[in-house]
Order: sequence, then structure tokens, then C-alpha cells
Amino acid sequence: MPQYMLSVWLDGDPTPPPPEQMEQMIAGVAAHQEELKAAGAWVFFGTLAPPGSATVVLADEGAVSMTDGPYAEAKEQISGFTIIEAADLDEALEWARKGSEACTWPVEVRPLLDGPPEPSD
Amino acid sequence: MADDRVAGAPDLAAIYRREIGRCTATVVRIVGDIDLAEDAVAEAFAEAAKRWPAQGTPPNPGGWITTTARNRAIDIVRRESKRTERHVDAHRLTDDEPAMSPDLGDVDVVLDDQLRLMFLCCHPALGPDAQVALTLRLLGGLETAEIARAFLVPEATMAQRLVRVKRKIRDNHISYRIPAAAELPARLAPVLAVIYLIFNEGHTASSGPDLGRSDLAAEAIRLARRLTELLPDEPEPKGLLALLLLSEARRPGRTGPGGELIRLADQDRARWDRRLIEEGHALVRQCIERNTPGPYQLQAAIAAVHADAATAEATDWSQIVALYDHLLRLRPDAIVALNRAIAVAELDGPDAGLAALDEVELEGYHLYHATRAELLVRLGLIAEALTAYDRAAELTGNDVERRHFAKRRRDLLPHSPAWSRP
Repeated sequence: MPQYMLSVWLDGDPTPPPPEQMEQMIAGVAAHQEELKAAGAWVFFGTLAPPGSATVVLADEGAVSMTDGPYAEAKEQISGFTIIEAADLDEALEWARKGSEACTWPVEVRPLLDGPPEPSD
Repeated sequence: MADDRVAGAPDLAAIYRREIGRCTATVVRIVGDIDLAEDAVAEAFAEAAKRWPAQGTPPNPGGWITTTARNRAIDIVRRESKRTERHVDAHRLTDDEPAMSPDLGDVDVVLDDQLRLMFLCCHPALGPDAQVALTLRLLGGLETAEIARAFLVPEATMAQRLVRVKRKIRDNHISYRIPAAAELPARLAPVLAVIYLIFNEGHTASSGPDLGRSDLAAEAIRLARRLTELLPDEPEPKGLLALLLLSEARRPGRTGPGGELIRLADQDRARWDRRLIEEGHALVRQCIERNTPGPYQLQAAIAAVHADAATAEATDWSQIVALYDHLLRLRPDAIVALNRAIAVAELDGPDAGLAALDEVELEGYHLYHATRAELLVRLGLIAEALTAYDRAAELTGNDVERRHFAKRRRDLLPHSPAWSRP
């Protein structure tokens, strides 16, 4: 069965929403996760600590360098993701629609490769 | 294009044009992979070019091509065993169809397959440029170089666009299926939009030396016609086809002997294609009887009112304004509002037209400024009209349109012959 990552990308230093709105979002996301599990579509879910807590490691011919902060210097950073199984893209898009409705943010749908990576165009 | 590959067989180019879309559509379903299907169909047409001139054209050329392509696909898969795993097992496009079997009976083209292919090419997850390119490639059978020329991008850019979109379809496991009734309105919209976009590029090219490209317009009409055959109960495809036919009918009147643009009001209506107008009218009547108006049906109805008028003066502008009002309610869009302002100017005078135009936010669009210029001229505000024509000429990418604006501007200057008339 094809797998897809549904991810949410947020401003790395966001202004938190008012508490009651935040609670509603958390409840919505939890309900979405439960629905995924009940449908047998759920594989994995994770929310990430803020991008400032990231460290980038590079091993190069025995030497290891470390950099504080996230790898990409983009304003938007990945803040959480769900891996799901779906029959096809349309099914994955429908889960994404429900997820976006629950968390109120855009949800990126990206397929996992089901074989070794091929050279990209 | 097709002619290169079919040299020597007089009717093969026509057969290619007619059959390529449906053959590709069925072979994609059978083999479950777009690239493999394209290769196999190309080989089948090459085979036909070799055989048919000597052996004669088979009674069902589409069936012959499809069966031959299916057999070729199996050969290709056997030849490249690595590809077998990659394409047939891992990336099958089909969801509910039986897997490709070595059972070598004849295969026939299945009409539904073309609908599957249209919805695949115009899947909402694909970008509009990619949708257009893929539709022309797979359903129209145009070569990559032809599509690149039509949209004035380098061939390498177009080739890369096609590779990317096919890869996206494969990686994402986009299904080869006809949307369910509940999804149909949302899924039909991009299909109609792609056909309309292809037609528009054919009608007035966004850039380049010629006003339009009749090959693209013809391809769009062919696709719209096919869509109405495949979805006979849907009113919007009928509306789209009617709109395209009624617009295409005016083509012979739209340019003069030197290729210059002639405005709707100045066109010789005797040059309009009556046959296309009659077909368009019949479709509009069917839509009106059905009474479920949508954006394309309303635009077709507007085009039908224009076609009904024997002269520009005889145009029923009150009906056109009413139709634009209806269209604006369904599709609150700046281009629609611009066209409505033009109709308002004809009905209630240039002052009313300019007032309606002031509500439209389209400062970056050449026809907004061209329309302003025309209305300013009618009000005698020549200096302002000159500036507006300059802006229109600056903004258009089409050479014929640019010359037209320059000429309109010249006619306003005091030394122009237009001023020395008694």
C-alpha cells in the first residue's frame, strides 16, 4: 500500500494562538489521528520541538562538524508530520483535507518512494 | 509531428490524429504506465507506417494500433526485465483493473479510458502548465517540440516539464479512474479549464507574430467534442463546446488581408462560419432547455447573442449585460467584470462603461487599458486615450495586437486622415 507523509510547516518562531483556539486545534488533531487509526491508515505521528533545538551533523572523511539550528534557513520549518497508508493520492488528499480542517494550517502531501531512489530529473 | 513518422501513407496522419488519444488511453490502462504506453503506441504507429501502405489499412485501425501496442508493451517489458518490476509491479496506475496478462486476444479501445486519461492529465494536484502539456501530449498526440513551440518555451524546458509531471503521477500513485458523481464537479473544472486554455492560446496567442494558432484551437474543439460525447449528461462540457465553436466561427472575420486585427464591431459578419454558428446555437438551445446554467454555458449564450446579430448595431446589449450579471454572480472574476463594462458602455453609453470599468482591478492587463482608451475616445478625452493605448501596447505580448493599438493611437493624432474627413 502506498505511503504518504502529511506534514505541517509553520513559521519557525510563531505567535501562539489564544488558549481556547489552541485547545480546539489540539483536540481536532487528536480526533483526526483517531480517525486515521480506526480506518487502518495510520502509520506514525510526530510533533517536533522548535527548529532552534535542532543540530546539524556532517561527517566528512573522519572529521565531524556540528552546526546549531535547523539545516534549511527557510522561514517555514516542519513542525509535525503523520505517515499514512492510502490506496492512492486521492485518498491521501482527502485525509489531508480533514487534517487541515482540524489544525487550520496547510498540509503538505508527499509520497514516500516504494523503492530505492531514482535519479531525479 | 505525425507526418514525419507516417510519410508515404496518405491517410495515416489523419488516423493518427483521430486515434492517438484513445489508443494511448486504453494502452495506459492495460500496461499501467504512461511512458511504457507512449513508447508502445509509437512503435505500433511505426509498424502501421511500414505495413499499411502495402497491406492496406485494417477495417478498425484504432483496434489494430491498440492491440499491436499492447503486444509491443509486453515485448518491451520482457526486453527490460528491470523495467518489469519498476513499472508493472511497483508503479501500476490502475486500481481496479486486472493486471496486464499475457493473454494475447485482440483489445479494443474503451471510450471510458479516454475519460480516465482526461481526468488523469487534469488532476488538480498537477500544475496548470503541466496539465496543459500532458493533455496535448497524451490526448492530442503532439510531439514535445510542437507543444514547446505552441507555448514558446524551449523544447528542453517542455521535455523536463513532461518528465516531472509523469514522475509526479507515478510517485504519488494517482489512480487511473473516472471520478465518482460526488467528485465530478470539482474534478471536471480543471478539465474544462485546460481545454479552454488550449483554445485561448489558439485564438489569441499570448505572444508571437500571429494573432492565433488554428492548430491549437482545432485540438481544443476536438477535446471538447470528445468530452461531450463521453459525458453526455453534463451541461458544462456542452457549454464549453458551444463557446469554442461560436468563437472559432468568427476567426475568418477577425483578421484583415494583412493579418491585422479587426474589432468585433468592425468585422464583416458574412465571413463568419455559419456552420459552426449553427452547431453552437443548437448546443446553447440544449443548455437553455436543461436550465442548469454554469459559467461556460453563460459565456456560450453571450457568444450566441453576438452571433445572432446581423450587424454590430443590431446586437441585443441588454441581454448581454443580463448574462454577464448572471455570470459575475457565479464567477466573480475581473475579466468577466471587464467584459461586462464593455457591454454596459454599449447599452448605457461610454460614461456608464467607464464607471463600470473603474470598479475593475486589472491594471496589469492590456485589454483593460485598450477598453479604457476606446471609451475615452468616445468621450472626446483624446490625451487620456493616447496614454491608455500606450499602456495597452506596452502590456501585450502579441505583435498583431500591439500593431492594432499603435494604429488606433495614430488615428487619434491631428495629422491622421481620420481628422481630415469632412
